[in-house]
Amino acid sequence: MQRVVVDPVTRIEGHLRIEAEIENGIIKKAFSSGTMVRGIEIIARDRDPREVWAYVGRVCGVCTSIHSLCSVRSVENALGIVVPPNAERVRSLMQIALTLQDHITHFYQLQGFDWIDVVSALKADPAESAAIAQSMSDWDKNSTGYFKDVQRKLKNFVDAGSLGIFANGYWGNPLYKLPPAVNLIGTAHYLDALEIQKEIVKVQTIFGGKNPHPNYLVGGMACAVDINSPNAINMERLSFVAEIIELGMEFVNKVYLPDVLAIASYYPEWTQYGGGVVNYLSYGDYPTGSYGETSTYKSPRGIVMGRNLNEVAEFDPYDMDGLKEFVYNSWYDYSAGRDKGLHPSVGETRLDYSGPKPPYSWLGGDKPYSWIKTPRYKGAAMETGPLARFAVGLASGRDDYREITDRCLKKLGVTRKALFSTIGRILARAMEATLIASWQKEFYIQLVENIKSGDERMFNGIYWEPESWPESVQGVGLAEAPRGSLAHYVDIRDKKVCNYQMVVPTTWNASPRDANGQLSPFEASLVGTPVINPEVPLEILRTIHSFDPCMACAVHTYDETGEHVHRISVL
Amino acid sequence: MEKIKEKSLYDELVSKGISRRDFLKFCTIMGGFFGLQQSGIAQIVEAFENKPKKHVLWYHFQECTCCSESFLRASHPIVEQILLEMISLDYTDTLMAAAGKQAEDVRRKALEEYYGKYIMVVEGAIPTGNPGYCTIAGEDALSLFEEGAKGAEAIIAWGNCASAGCIQAAYPNPTGARPVHKLFSGKPIINVQGCPPIADVMAGVITYIVTFGRLPELDNAGRPSNFYARRVHDSCYRRPAYDAGLFVQSFDDENAKKGYCLYYMGCKGPNTYNSCAIIKWNEGVSYPIQSGHGCIGCSESGFWDYKPMYRHLSNIHGIGIESTADKIGGILTGVAVGGIAAHAAATNIIKHKLIKNRMDDISLNVEEYERDKELSEKGNSCGISDDNSLTDGKQLK
Repeated sequence: MQRVVVDPVTRIEGHLRIEAEIENGIIKKAFSSGTMVRGIEIIARDRDPREVWAYVGRVCGVCTSIHSLCSVRSVENALGIVVPPNAERVRSLMQIALTLQDHITHFYQLQGFDWIDVVSALKADPAESAAIAQSMSDWDKNSTGYFKDVQRKLKNFVDAGSLGIFANGYWGNPLYKLPPAVNLIGTAHYLDALEIQKEIVKVQTIFGGKNPHPNYLVGGMACAVDINSPNAINMERLSFVAEIIELGMEFVNKVYLPDVLAIASYYPEWTQYGGGVVNYLSYGDYPTGSYGETSTYKSPRGIVMGRNLNEVAEFDPYDMDGLKEFVYNSWYDYSAGRDKGLHPSVGETRLDYSGPKPPYSWLGGDKPYSWIKTPRYKGAAMETGPLARFAVGLASGRDDYREITDRCLKKLGVTRKALFSTIGRILARAMEATLIASWQKEFYIQLVENIKSGDERMFNGIYWEPESWPESVQGVGLAEAPRGSLAHYVDIRDKKVCNYQMVVPTTWNASPRDANGQLSPFEASLVGTPVINPEVPLEILRTIHSFDPCMACAVHTYDETGEHVHRISVL
Repeated sequence: MEKIKEKSLYDELVSKGISRRDFLKFCTIMGGFFGLQQSGIAQIVEAFENKPKKHVLWYHFQECTCCSESFLRASHPIVEQILLEMISLDYTDTLMAAAGKQAEDVRRKALEEYYGKYIMVVEGAIPTGNPGYCTIAGEDALSLFEEGAKGAEAIIAWGNCASAGCIQAAYPNPTGARPVHKLFSGKPIINVQGCPPIADVMAGVITYIVTFGRLPELDNAGRPSNFYARRVHDSCYRRPAYDAGLFVQSFDDENAKKGYCLYYMGCKGPNTYNSCAIIKWNEGVSYPIQSGHGCIGCSESGFWDYKPMYRHLSNIHGIGIESTADKIGGILTGVAVGGIAAHAAATNIIKHKLIKNRMDDISLNVEEYERDKELSEKGNSCGISDDNSLTDGKQLK
């Protein structure tokens, strides 16, 4: 038995540590640990509920804006506010901008080096790259000259001596299977993706004023609409948005999805590994009506159990026996005992760091080993994210999900079973990008039509003033973040937040095993994977990256009674 | 990772087929970017022709990675190229290809090989509570930070987390999160404020350092004054509405559609030093006020505890902040990196106490804050500020 530690897992958000035990070249046991805690739920306490979107928005700057969206939804749910249609549309436009940017950046900047050998691209024949790229799509940059330029840029960079972010990568490892010409395409698109993601987020800047961390508003959005005003959302701003939507659609259809399909075709064995748990959860999102009307969601809500794509189980956020968080293997304690679970509406978090004093070399074993709690739905472990949304979409019989899935799987010559793997997860993310890019255009048209009909409302101020609030009220906000299902539970008393709990996608995926030894998605997906050289565990990175981990999101709790709590320091 | 003679930016540009004429033109543009006279541009030319790449180690502690994300949005294309080609970003766990042991090997090698010469970049605050609150490769954040800071030529504190503690340091600061300047002194520290900082400000600071071989002028909060010298309020395109007494009274009202001043919506533009209204965000597309929401003051220390967000309290982090800034003193100029680092360090240390005061202005104002909060809760609590603070504002013109 050989022990392998990957810490830091790079090219993710935040601080993740993976430990694995390997026997005869196969991973037998895996431990996933979140190694950083900040305490944002505690900081959210006693704040004005209308402001909390900004505080919890800072849970994450990679999936920026989604926590803010979820927060305003939870407060609106608590206070009974229905936001105007324009605000719903703007929120969906911004959410899609985030998800597109995030998926593209994830594939090229974060995951790409697991599959693309940058150094091999130096050996490519640019004409061959161009021919392959042209066979994949009619993107206007698919020319020999273009690939030649990129290759020259790369050569200069390597010749200059300092490899910077490329230093000590896994270049030349036999696990890389792409021919040089495809590696050059991947490298060129790495640079293109850097440019395009800057454009895509501008939708957030137009409506929310900045990115990362745009502004939200309880009751709607702050960006007033007046097509006759130079200082509001007017025709120029709307046309700007339309332009960006077209750019995004072009990139995902002509570059991102074709690249994923091309690369996947060289790694057929990776449709066998990395499946992990067999249950999939999605809260659903992208309402064409209002957020409360779940039947109008473009991405449906539900649960798929045992990979059975013929049946959808119900998810109920209010079921006190449904969603529960456990701390059996986490550095927390519960008053009712470590083996109990708590619904987030009555969530409790008591710090209990029992890990070794740093520096340490091994965490896994019989003791708690992570700052991440373990969520379960009716006791079952669930994967969440683009693959889960596809499982639920397919099981719900949605045509748009079915059409693109069948088309892509056919191209790869594999069945739906292949979806439940490392490659399947990466493919689901790319397919989702093309799907939501077209939805973004639909939402834009809906917004313009609504404005055209004379409705310029962007904010519902009916319960803006705290005087209009009941003394005690609770709410839940749900959203589909790029990485999966996100829930915020808020308890408002005396006009202030009295308790705030977040159950976050990477909490589902990266959590430690539960009291029954049931593995969560990261750990389950690693077990059974062959590792050729434990010194260079590229296989672990491939599968873990396929989930797009976001650790700052996953770990955010802390007990107010912790020993180091103190007030603002005074000099 | 074999060592080859390192090229200057000019060498690289030449090898790319860029003419000397284009190169000089580019230098002039960069000069314009930093507001330089012709003599300053000669310095840029000299720097680009001769200086090898600067090694940069980018550490992540308690953060949300919004600074890295913002950095990726840097919009002047050639600036982005410089960042890929002018600096050598040896360690950044968000973007580097290597992971685990391979990543740690790169970091250790760089720490050793470029000791005393690398720039340490810090994203995130550092918890001083239990060392288990943040560990990387089994080591605690504070030890890693101290190890990195020891051999750095200068430290760039990216964003509000590293500059002032930001969200995790907001009341009650559960993990004892601390910014860089509270944990280390004796070397130049540059606070690139904001949550996150504007992409072009981040790119601009790095370009400045590499170009001139020294840190930009810092204000008394340790921020580069070329980007943080002006209040958002003073550079805001809605300022004429403020001066004319035209205010938004409720979100989405007629005045909001006309783009009137958001002061009564709690806009912290009058208390906030940043370039949002000048450079704007994401290639100049917009900034918070332009999109209808007030500034929340994210480039100031302790802004999370300003509260309330949607109205003003009189005299608290209010318009009077300028007098505080004046009292504390002038601008730190020309803090050098390299040959005259010792002098820079001395300057920094002399000013240290002053800087500290300014950076901790939430601490300075804590009593005042409590008093005002009490007053405001007794009195008018429905969101309208009193006339007094408005008058203060007018006097500033």
